[in-house]
Amino acid sequence: MVRLEKRANPSRLWSVATPVLAVVLTMIAGGILFAMLGKDPVAAIRTIFWDPLFNPQFAAYSRPQLLVKAGPLILIAIGLALGFRAGVWNIGAEGQYVVGALVGAATGLALYPMDSRLIFPLMVVAGGLGGLLWAMIPALLRTMFRTNEILVSLLLVYVAQSLLASMALGALRNPQGGGFPGSRNLSQWASSANPELVAGTGMHWGVVAAFISVIGAYVLLQRHMLGFSIRLAGQAPRAARFAGVSPTRLVIVCFGISGALAGLAGLFEVTGPAGQISLDFAQGYGFTAIIVAFLGRLNPVGILLAGLLMALTYIGGELAQFMLGLPAAAIQAFQGMLLFFLLAVDILTNYRIRWTKREAA
Amino acid sequence: MKRRVLLATAAALMALPAASFAQGMDKVKACFIYVGPVGDGGWTYQHDQGRQALAAEFGDRVDATTYQESVPEGADSERVLTQMALSGCNIVFATSFGYMDAVNNVAAKFPNVKFEHATGYRRDSANVSTYDARFYEGRAVTGTIAGMMTQSDKIGYIGSFPIPENIQGINAAYLAAKKVNPDVTMSIVWAYSWFDPAKEADAARALIEQGVDVVLQHTDSTAPLAEAAKTEGVIGFGQASDMAEFKPSPRVASIIDNWAPYYIERVGALLDGTYEQKATWAGIAGGEVEIGEITDVVPADVKAKAEEVRDAIAAGELHPFTGPLNKQDGTEWLAEGETPDDADLAGMNFYVEGITGQIPQ
Repeated sequence: MVRLEKRANPSRLWSVATPVLAVVLTMIAGGILFAMLGKDPVAAIRTIFWDPLFNPQFAAYSRPQLLVKAGPLILIAIGLALGFRAGVWNIGAEGQYVVGALVGAATGLALYPMDSRLIFPLMVVAGGLGGLLWAMIPALLRTMFRTNEILVSLLLVYVAQSLLASMALGALRNPQGGGFPGSRNLSQWASSANPELVAGTGMHWGVVAAFISVIGAYVLLQRHMLGFSIRLAGQAPRAARFAGVSPTRLVIVCFGISGALAGLAGLFEVTGPAGQISLDFAQGYGFTAIIVAFLGRLNPVGILLAGLLMALTYIGGELAQFMLGLPAAAIQAFQGMLLFFLLAVDILTNYRIRWTKREAA
Repeated sequence: MKRRVLLATAAALMALPAASFAQGMDKVKACFIYVGPVGDGGWTYQHDQGRQALAAEFGDRVDATTYQESVPEGADSERVLTQMALSGCNIVFATSFGYMDAVNNVAAKFPNVKFEHATGYRRDSANVSTYDARFYEGRAVTGTIAGMMTQSDKIGYIGSFPIPENIQGINAAYLAAKKVNPDVTMSIVWAYSWFDPAKEADAARALIEQGVDVVLQHTDSTAPLAEAAKTEGVIGFGQASDMAEFKPSPRVASIIDNWAPYYIERVGALLDGTYEQKATWAGIAGGEVEIGEITDVVPADVKAKAEEVRDAIAAGELHPFTGPLNKQDGTEWLAEGETPDDADLAGMNFYVEGITGQIPQ
């Protein structure tokens, strides 16, 4: 007989081992999926996980691209993880990402074509503020009217996407764009550009910000009173209240940090890799970051690794699509499996499996 | 990416084909990047049909097995195009308007790879060509059917994005309908997507609830036809592809994009060494735009009229935009007997007189 027994404390070993196990299980199940599609499963898995890093034909290009893709994921996931740890559910990072990009881009475009080194820093501040203020809507509604922050933050994503469309077609549209939607190219205007800092590394300010946020979150959680409050509120809400942690303040702080980081990610993306506010600007980083946060066990270092792994499945997934002719949907299913298996094997962290003999009655 | 390394890699990869360009090539690797899934039943499906026709035409001399579907317009498309160039593609067909910046950026880095951009207008470097089809000619035919078939005198148009290609289609369809039915009015709904079955179905439903009984679409899925099928007496048209599964009604005719001749011509030119940069814009006469079978739901006189319009356009006797025509605000656009030139058409950003509503700004 197999029985699940709740552990007194979550297993440290399993909390590290489950993400690895989930990746391995995803590879196996994904391999079966690819085989059923008539593709060589070993070649497919190798193309996804190995080729972007080590294939001599691609690696020089795709390795830096990993950072470009992982940067926003990590930046957003770090902010989300703080909230998730405290039991504050910000599901709307995608909207905060979009609004941050819009506010930041609008700030820069208002000064076009001025030539100043102060414009980019100003845009960074505006981007962070934009994301923060957008996140304040669900936070304040929750604290003042006890609305559900999951629903409000999620639905505000759709509002943000409509706002994006209207801005790309209207106020922020490039007046010299021949009537086509989309803003001026911010990455080609020296004052607003967020270029590669060291050639050939993919490192732009957004990636730098992501690394800083990892360190910042680590220090915050380990050494700072706020970090303690966050952890306490998540693990023992009642105890937190007795310890003087204000739930209202915590909701506002968590939404504020995650909103600002998502807004920054949007700003760095729109001034760098994406280059412009366009109808397709929102590519789901805010949602994927939720997977990254959980895959990284809500731990800053874990999120760093999870972000890189997620980026690898994107870049490798693209390679597998056109090298092996795998359908795009199969790659998406493969990425989805990762979260599925993670949640499934997560049970091992909190429960242990007991093999018991059936006892004679 | 270190520009020099990239160029060196590219040069090394391309050295052989580059040297033999003038005399043609023994084997061409043609690659395709699609904005939707190959199974969308419309736009991307037709491009993929063209790819398959290309493969069938040249057999072993052309490797046309490499394609990637559902690539978002923006930063991701630039990465996919770069990886395709690195993987040894000789010619890359980028089949969506929004790839324009990405195509021109990547083309500048890979001078020996040919890039063909569908529906674009920028050819920044010598290795970028553009190709498009005069879809508005087809709209004049379906608009004629719409004007004669509508019982409520209300026809609807589902636009994808308010860019000139859509505006041309809206104006052409409206003018053709108005010519055969002076009482006709047209409602326009924007989906802000090329392919989004849910949004397209919503748009069709909204139109039908307003009393529209003929739905024209500029989006790529069959969802609007599926929606039309739910209401007795509502008809629509296949878009980009024949969408024959909705015959004989609600699909009463269709505008089919036929890319195969162009793909065969261009790759053939690359094989025999006659390839040159160019901008192609062919229509019904060139076979790029076809009118699918007009079903028996359409009365014989309507069918005859539609075919007359089609044949007159093919013969060059009729231009869908022939003066006297006024813009929506009443100012003159074309004088008696005048027709617009291609630059005028390509930048069209106004409705003609009689259409109500505003182009989203």
